[in-house]
Amino acid sequence: MVPDRVVVIWCPDWPVVAGAAAEGLAARIPVAVVAANRIVACSETARTQGVRRGQRRREAQGRCPELAVLADDPDRDARAFEPVVAAVEALVPGVEVVRPGLIALPARGPTRYFGSELTVVERILDVVAAQAGVECQIGIADGLFAATLAAHRGLLVPPEGSADFLAPLSIAELHQPATGFDRIGTGRGALVGLLHRLGLRTLGAFAALPVDDVASRFGLDGVRAHRLAQGLDERPLARRHPPVDLTVTRRFDPPLDRVDAAAFAAREPAEQLHTALAARGLACVRLGVGACTEAGEELHRVWRCAGPLTAAGISDRVRWQLDGWLTFRGSRPSSVDDSTLPAGFGGITVLTLSPEEVIGGQALQRGLWGESGEDDERAGRALVRVQAMLGPDAVFTGVIGGGRDPTDRVRLVPWGDDPAPARDAGLPWPGRLPAPSPSRIPAHPLPAEVLDDAGFAVGVSGRGRLTGIPHRIAVGGNPPRRVLTWAGPWPVEERWWEPGGGRRCARLQAVLDVAEPTDDPLAVLLACETGCWRVEGIYE
Amino acid sequence: MAGGSVASALQRVQVAPASTLGERLDAPGGRPPFPVAEPLAPLLPGGGLRRGSVIAVHGSLSLLLALLAAATAQGAWAAVIGAGDLGVLAAAEAGVVVRRLALVPRPGPDPAPVAAALLDGIGLVALAGAERVPAGARRSLAARARQRGSVLLPLGRWPGADVELDCRTDSWHGTDDGHGRLRSREVVVRAMGRGAATRPRTARLLLPGPDGAVAVAIGHPAIKAVG
Repeated sequence: MVPDRVVVIWCPDWPVVAGAAAEGLAARIPVAVVAANRIVACSETARTQGVRRGQRRREAQGRCPELAVLADDPDRDARAFEPVVAAVEALVPGVEVVRPGLIALPARGPTRYFGSELTVVERILDVVAAQAGVECQIGIADGLFAATLAAHRGLLVPPEGSADFLAPLSIAELHQPATGFDRIGTGRGALVGLLHRLGLRTLGAFAALPVDDVASRFGLDGVRAHRLAQGLDERPLARRHPPVDLTVTRRFDPPLDRVDAAAFAAREPAEQLHTALAARGLACVRLGVGACTEAGEELHRVWRCAGPLTAAGISDRVRWQLDGWLTFRGSRPSSVDDSTLPAGFGGITVLTLSPEEVIGGQALQRGLWGESGEDDERAGRALVRVQAMLGPDAVFTGVIGGGRDPTDRVRLVPWGDDPAPARDAGLPWPGRLPAPSPSRIPAHPLPAEVLDDAGFAVGVSGRGRLTGIPHRIAVGGNPPRRVLTWAGPWPVEERWWEPGGGRRCARLQAVLDVAEPTDDPLAVLLACETGCWRVEGIYE
Repeated sequence: MAGGSVASALQRVQVAPASTLGERLDAPGGRPPFPVAEPLAPLLPGGGLRRGSVIAVHGSLSLLLALLAAATAQGAWAAVIGAGDLGVLAAAEAGVVVRRLALVPRPGPDPAPVAAALLDGIGLVALAGAERVPAGARRSLAARARQRGSVLLPLGRWPGADVELDCRTDSWHGTDDGHGRLRSREVVVRAMGRGAATRPRTARLLLPGPDGAVAVAIGHPAIKAVG
C-alpha cells in the first residue's frame, strides 16, 4: 500500500534560528545549540568551520573558537515556531507539527485546490517568508519519511517514486532527530551504526532484506526502520485541528445601562459559554470579559481564578464586571442597585466572553480534606468582588520564600494566581536577617542621614565597618533624632558573580529617641548602599 | 434521677442558666468570638475578638498582626485594606497564616465600599486610614460587621468603637551599642471601650517577643520613662 502523499515544510537548523532570534545574534556569528554537553544543532557558518551534530561542546569550541553556544530550550523553539505554523495553517488547514522546525500536511487537498503541487510549494514558500519571516524548504513525496528527506533536498518526488528516491540514499538518513521534544538519547544512531558495519550502506540495500529476517535480528525498531527504508509509512499523519472559537458575543439593543438589566443579561451568555466548554471537556480558568459602549469605548478585563469557573461563577464575574463598569466608571462612590449611567458614557452595546485560558476537565482535583472549605469559599467570593471594583491587581496574598532582606523574601501574588514563592526558602541564605522582621516596609525606601557626635556623616568602610559611632539619625528629611541604641553593621554581598548585577550593602538597626513628648521611640532598619543610607523597614 | 431529667428537659427547650447569658449575648448567632493569643485575651471583653464588633487599634501594626494570628491559624480569613507597607514577613513571624491574609494596598480614594464588600466574606477586616472615613459610612460599616458577624479593625481613631486598643512603645531589648540585635520590644497596651470594656485595662507585653509572637513581659528591668 502506497502511503498518502505528504508535503513537508522544513526550516533548517530551527533550534539555532529560534535561539539566535531570542538572543538577538547576528546571522554571520556561528551558533550551536547544546544539550547535555552535545551539539544538537548548529548554524551553516558553524558547519563550514567543522562543527557537527553530536560533537562535544569542547570539541566544537576547539574547531570554532568564536562559536556562540546556546542552551537547548524546546519551549523556546516551539514558541518561535508558532508563527510559521499559523502562517501555513492560514493557507492550508490540517497541519501536523512533527517537531519545531518541521511541519507535515497532506498533499491531496491543497494540490486539488491550488491546481498543482508546484503551485502549493510556491504559495507556502511565499506565505512563510512573508508572514513569519523565516526561510524554509519544501519536499513532497509518498509518506512522511520520504517527504522529510525530500524537504532536506528541496525535491518533489513523483508519485509512487518514494522507494526509488530513497534507495540510493545513505543508511545514516534513518537517524533523524526524534519527533518529540526530547532530543537526547533517542534516534536510531545505534541501529545505523550496526547496519553500516554489516555493510548495508544505502537505504535500498536495507530495504531489499526480507522483513522476517529484519524482525528476528533487529526487533521492532528494526522493522519500523525497514518500513521507512522501503518508502512505507510508520504511521499516518495526525492532523492538528485549528482551535475552535468559543467566544460568546451578545449585542444589546437598547443598550444596557442599568445594573439590574446587566445582571440579567449576563446570565444567558455565561450559560452558553459554560455549555460550549463543557461539551469539549474543558473548564475556564481565565475569563476575558469585553464590552463596547455606546460612545465607542472598548473595555476589556481578564479574570483569573484559582479554580475552574462554573456557569454561576462565569455569570457572577460578568455581572460584577458590568456592575463595576456601569457604576464605578461613572465615578460613583458606591454601588447603588438601580443606578443609571451619567450622560456621555453610554450604555453597553456589545458584550463578549472569551475563555482566555482553559484546562482539561481531568486536570481538576479538589482538595480531599476540606481544603476548600466554606470559609475559604466565602472569602474567595469577597476578594473577587473587590477585584471587580478595583481591578484584578488590587488584591494580593503574600507568599514567603527565600532571600536575605524582608522585601526579597515576600512575593505578593494577585488573588487567583498561582502562589509560588519567587525563591526557594529551603536553601541556605547566609546573611539573612533573623526575626523579628520590621512590620512596616516602605514601598519607596526613605532617605536617611546617619551622623556621629560631631555632626559628620557616618558611612561604611570597604571592610564593612562603620566609620563612626551613630549618634543622631535623620529620617526622610525630618530633624535628626538621638540614637538610643543601635546594632550592626551587617554587610551583605549578593550576586557579585553576575556582571553588573552585584549588590553590596550594610544593614544597621537603630532605636531613635522620641522627638516630641507624645511620640514613641522609633526602631528602624537602615541599609547603606553606595554611600547612601535608606530606611528599609520600621518596627512599629 | 429526677434532677437529671429536669436538666435534660431544660436542654430540650433550650433554657440556659442565667450565668451563661452574658456569653450568649456576646456571641450573635451562637458563634464564639475569634480567638486571640493568650497574652492579649485579658484586654478584650469575652477573651477574644467578638463577632460583629469594631475594635480600633492605635499606634502599632505589630499589635494588629498579633490580634490576627490565632484566628487565621484556626482557619479564619483576614484582610488589610490600605497599609501597602505592611511587612508580610513580620505577619508570618507573629503567627499569622499569610495564605489567609488578603491585602488590598490601594483601595482608591474611598475605602468604605471595599471594606463593606470584604466584611461580607472575611471574618477580620483591618482598615488603614480610618480617620478619612466619614461618620455615615462608619456607622454603616459597623452595622455591616454586626450583621455579618465579622470584626472590623480600624487602624486609628474610630468614634463608637467597641474596644480601642492603644499601644505605646516602652523600650527595645537586645541591642547594646553596636552589639546584639533587636530581639523584643516592651509595650504597654491600654484597652478602653464601651459596654463590657468600659473599665480601662492595661497589659505590659513583649510585642514582638523573642520569637516574633506576642508574649507577656515579666522580669524585665525597670521601666524607662516614655516621653
